[in-house]
Amino acid sequence: MTPIHYFRCFVGIVWREGLRFVHQQERFLSAMVRPLVWLFIFAAGFRSVLGVSIIPPYETYITYEVYIAPGLMAMIQLFNGMQSSLSMVYDREMGSMRTLLVSPLPRWFLLVCKLLAGVAVSVIQVYAFLAIAWFWDIQPPLVGLLTVLPALILSGLMLGALGMFLSSAIKQLENFAGIMNFVIFPMFFASSALYPLWKMKESSLLLYNICWANPFTHAVELIRFAFYGQINWLSLAYVAVATVVFLGLAIYGYDPGRGLITRKAGA
Amino acid sequence: MGHSDPALTQHQNREGAAALEVSGLTHDFGSTRALDDVAVAIHPGDFTVLLGQNGAGKTTLYSLVTRLYNNRTGAIEIFGYDVRRDSSQALTRIGVVFQQPTLDLDLTVEQNLHYHAALHGISRGQAQERLEEELTRSSLINRRHHKIRQLSGGQRRRVEISRALMHRPNMLLLDEPTVGLDIGSRQDILDHVRSLCREDGLAVLWATHLIDEIDEGEQVVILDEGKVLAAGGVEEVCKQAGTATIREAFTTLVGKEPEV
Repeated sequence: MTPIHYFRCFVGIVWREGLRFVHQQERFLSAMVRPLVWLFIFAAGFRSVLGVSIIPPYETYITYEVYIAPGLMAMIQLFNGMQSSLSMVYDREMGSMRTLLVSPLPRWFLLVCKLLAGVAVSVIQVYAFLAIAWFWDIQPPLVGLLTVLPALILSGLMLGALGMFLSSAIKQLENFAGIMNFVIFPMFFASSALYPLWKMKESSLLLYNICWANPFTHAVELIRFAFYGQINWLSLAYVAVATVVFLGLAIYGYDPGRGLITRKAGA
Repeated sequence: MGHSDPALTQHQNREGAAALEVSGLTHDFGSTRALDDVAVAIHPGDFTVLLGQNGAGKTTLYSLVTRLYNNRTGAIEIFGYDVRRDSSQALTRIGVVFQQPTLDLDLTVEQNLHYHAALHGISRGQAQERLEEELTRSSLINRRHHKIRQLSGGQRRRVEISRALMHRPNMLLLDEPTVGLDIGSRQDILDHVRSLCREDGLAVLWATHLIDEIDEGEQVVILDEGKVLAAGGVEEVCKQAGTATIREAFTTLVGKEPEV
């Protein structure tokens, strides 16, 4: 196998994910509706309750809608990462994960391709969301639309890798409700997506520490700063390390020798 | 690229090597022994039926041979290449049809085959040529733009067989490929794979729990509770069991009536 074979394989996996995305319009629609409901309804109701003071990267007072927009972008990616992990479990039962895994190319490479394909889809969803949000006065500096891209790719990788690891490790991943309760809700609410962490600190120091340690918080902050053309180095480092750890665990989980699929397949 | 593409050339197999050689293979899931000291040898051009009831260990054997997970004891070699050490070499030589359907229902026949070709590193142009050849052979060429959802169960299986052959493997592994099909489609698929075996000299391992899928003169391996009870030509197995038919041999060895 030479680099050209690797490249064709990569293109093939991304192309298939793209085709599936095009065919699953319902999934796209719900990926759009979810953050828009938060933006249009939730944020409208809460803007008067929650005052957001001036904290970096913001330089002026902002509306609550503007504050939660980066959190909603990250939410799109969180859902996308978990959904593709769920579809991987579903796929494996249906067997299409097996089709992927009998490829003669190394398994880590196949998993990374699959991950990147999922990230590409999530980035498209985020930009579609931003296009609509623009008319709701979520208007970053134009360059922010560009600088947010690398942040979205990295956070998408982190969340996708987490989902992939969960799909290899957790047996009871049969329905989406389980993931909602045990992964998505805790990660989303215990983060800086909906409220700045200093507000959390006022309520509970323990909760603040949990939120701070939550990788999702750093994904949100990475996106938030990048959206305004800035880099939050701490969050960048945190997300990068978390990505490497989750990806390592996912590859371990799917390793035919040591992995968790062995035990799982026997169940 | 043409036919020099290494993803598609006839594979250089190790001389004298069996298509599949499994020896001393034992595999446990927790405290359950799924395979117990299994030995199987399949030669190029052999049509071998792996006969066993549900739960006999057939799917476990397929999972180990296709390296979904590793064997801990024993050895599995495909044309002389160890599945664990030379997995890439081994996996390019096999085409697999899994028990569960594995096609994307919303994609067309052609798109499904292109995806598989890409997984093997085959170029788009080469893949187009190959899929036209294979679909012609399985009489599905005029369905190539149809979505899988629009096809019947038997047609879907034939697409999966075509897909498994896209990268020109030397051995075809099929795990209960006729499950859920009506008698007519079952026979079609059997005839199709038997002709592939004859024409291309493919080695075929066909797992089933249905005894009437065995023909005289073919190879058979009887697997029960993870153990190989008998292996060899149909006549040989009957002789070993001291019976006149393979059905009686199965009943004698396994102690249960086979399914038909």
